[in-house]
Amino acid sequence: MRVVVLVKQVPDTWSPKRLRPGDFLLDRAAADGVVNELDTYAVEEALRIKEKHDDTTVIALTMGPPPAVEVVRKALQMGADEGVHVVDDALAGSDAMVSSLVLAAAIERIGFDLVITGVESTDARMGVLPAMLAERLGAAQATLAAEVKVDGREISVRRLAGGREFDVVAPLPAVVSVVEKINEPRYPSFKGIMAAKSKPLTTLSAADLGLDSNRVGLAGSATEVVAAEERSAERARVVIHDEGDAAARIVEFLASRKLL
Amino acid sequence: MASARYDYFLDDDHAALRSLVEEFARDAVAPKAAALDEAEEFPYDLVAEMGRMGLFGLPFPEEYGGAGGDYFALCLAVEELARVDSSIAITLEAGVSLGAMPIYRFGSEEQKQRWLPPLARGERLGAFGLTEPGGGSDAGATTTRAVPDGEGWRIRGTKAFITNAGTQITSVITVTAVTGEPPGETSATSHPTGGKEISAFVVPVPSEGLSVSPPYSKVGWHASDTRQVFLDDVHVPSDHMLGERGKGYANFLAILDEGRIAIAALAVGLAQGCLDEALRYAGQRHAFGRPIGTFQAIEFKLADMAARVHTARLAYYDAARRMLAGKPFKEQAAIAKLYASEVAVANAREATQIFGGAGFINETPVARFWRDCKILEIGEGTSEVQRMVIARGLGLPGM
Repeated sequence: MRVVVLVKQVPDTWSPKRLRPGDFLLDRAAADGVVNELDTYAVEEALRIKEKHDDTTVIALTMGPPPAVEVVRKALQMGADEGVHVVDDALAGSDAMVSSLVLAAAIERIGFDLVITGVESTDARMGVLPAMLAERLGAAQATLAAEVKVDGREISVRRLAGGREFDVVAPLPAVVSVVEKINEPRYPSFKGIMAAKSKPLTTLSAADLGLDSNRVGLAGSATEVVAAEERSAERARVVIHDEGDAAARIVEFLASRKLL
Repeated sequence: MASARYDYFLDDDHAALRSLVEEFARDAVAPKAAALDEAEEFPYDLVAEMGRMGLFGLPFPEEYGGAGGDYFALCLAVEELARVDSSIAITLEAGVSLGAMPIYRFGSEEQKQRWLPPLARGERLGAFGLTEPGGGSDAGATTTRAVPDGEGWRIRGTKAFITNAGTQITSVITVTAVTGEPPGETSATSHPTGGKEISAFVVPVPSEGLSVSPPYSKVGWHASDTRQVFLDDVHVPSDHMLGERGKGYANFLAILDEGRIAIAALAVGLAQGCLDEALRYAGQRHAFGRPIGTFQAIEFKLADMAARVHTARLAYYDAARRMLAGKPFKEQAAIAKLYASEVAVANAREATQIFGGAGFINETPVARFWRDCKILEIGEGTSEVQRMVIARGLGLPGM
């Protein structure tokens, strides 16, 4: 079984994120790049599937500028078998639609039975990529998985959505996005770090994937950021005065913002 | 975490290991450190994770369950852990450098195969029993005795301040014991062991007659396991003698020389942690209308802290490099340990001062650092013993 796991480099969660003046693209130089933490759950789940099923190959795939190779390396250190880095200046500014086009082309080229992703990236936070990929790949999609079981050519997934659980079953090939509850990602081991150095790591350009430069990057994107302004440091405040029901109203407030 | 750490010329493997442990220390250890300290609780889950990461096997080859790294890698790991928590750092340092290393260095092939792999994988912990209530570096004061009893040895005595001696996963305690006096007159002053023949034995846990005290109530290192060890006529077979008979003293000196480099690394980690915390606090705490870090009185404290931790780090890097290159390193290790431990104490004192009243409250990391630092000038040879070692290497008349 070939399991492709998507990893993305994002600005360090704890540092302030900025858009570049002019083109309003994410200023990647403004903060240290780290692996999108939500993707480490995807890598862990892929590795657990590999540990349960013989003849499974885990391929870590990323798309991003040259430094993004670090997140593939991290996945290799954790235990993925192979890495693929799609890197091309022409890809800069790709929106979610274009990213899914490029990644789907890369996944087709790699060959796959199962694609595992994190639930979203902590920079753009759209969370649409898994569905787009499934559509482009003609594969089943099972998003927001809190449990994944592979049995032969079938996958069972417990979805956590809108505060409810759904058990779904799908044939492979499939695209699965996983939530944080699914597992506890491992730290790489020292041996894993050493072993990662000799694992295959392939670099692909847009041309390698048969994509013309006018179909990708800013040029190919259907969306464009035309204006942006700094968020005011002052946020709207909500003051709840206790009239005997403050606790319930605080819970309600937090729940309405999906903080509970 | 604010960073005021100057980079050095680490190769890729060492740099990758350091990043790995830095991340683990920050994300997995730091959030638990205060609670573990408060509860004086040994963190079995963290030790297990560190075992899986290969940290307990860093300096050992893979054939013995090791990770195939080197002693410098161990030092880097110890430093990064000590940056957030000295207790977990000393658990690793003592487990590897004192618990497992004597078996690796002086054990027979059979002994290594038997005891090393679980220690190197971090599944079990080893302890090293040298110090006694009446003496540590003064080996001539050793009173624990081992006498032949037919099929092996019978050991009787008490060991003090033994790290990792009483955890649920402790599997062996290596102890030194007097195995005989050479015939004839010997002057206690002319020989470091006072003429006593000292040998080392691996005592498996559990063994009949072997027991440990409850954990000490310590000033610091609350989450590390430190106990007295009682050997009440403990029998061990003859194949449990570690190294040659009578070489126990020389062997433990070699182990302590290495160990001093790792303790220096631990001290550097603590000193760096003090700088990290003080720098962060100096940026956010205001007095008289501005951050206290903008006052020169605080700036200069921070600059001195940075200078001290950097030079102490270079000292232990140098000692470790010399050791790995097979060059003599005894004095350099002593210098690194002496200097780094004094730097740790100085930085903890200054960090506490910068925190003011908050630094006197146990829940702040610097208060813990302050309680954890003093032992560094004592353990693995006091500062006075380090000065003796350094002075002996200077070629003074009459030495």
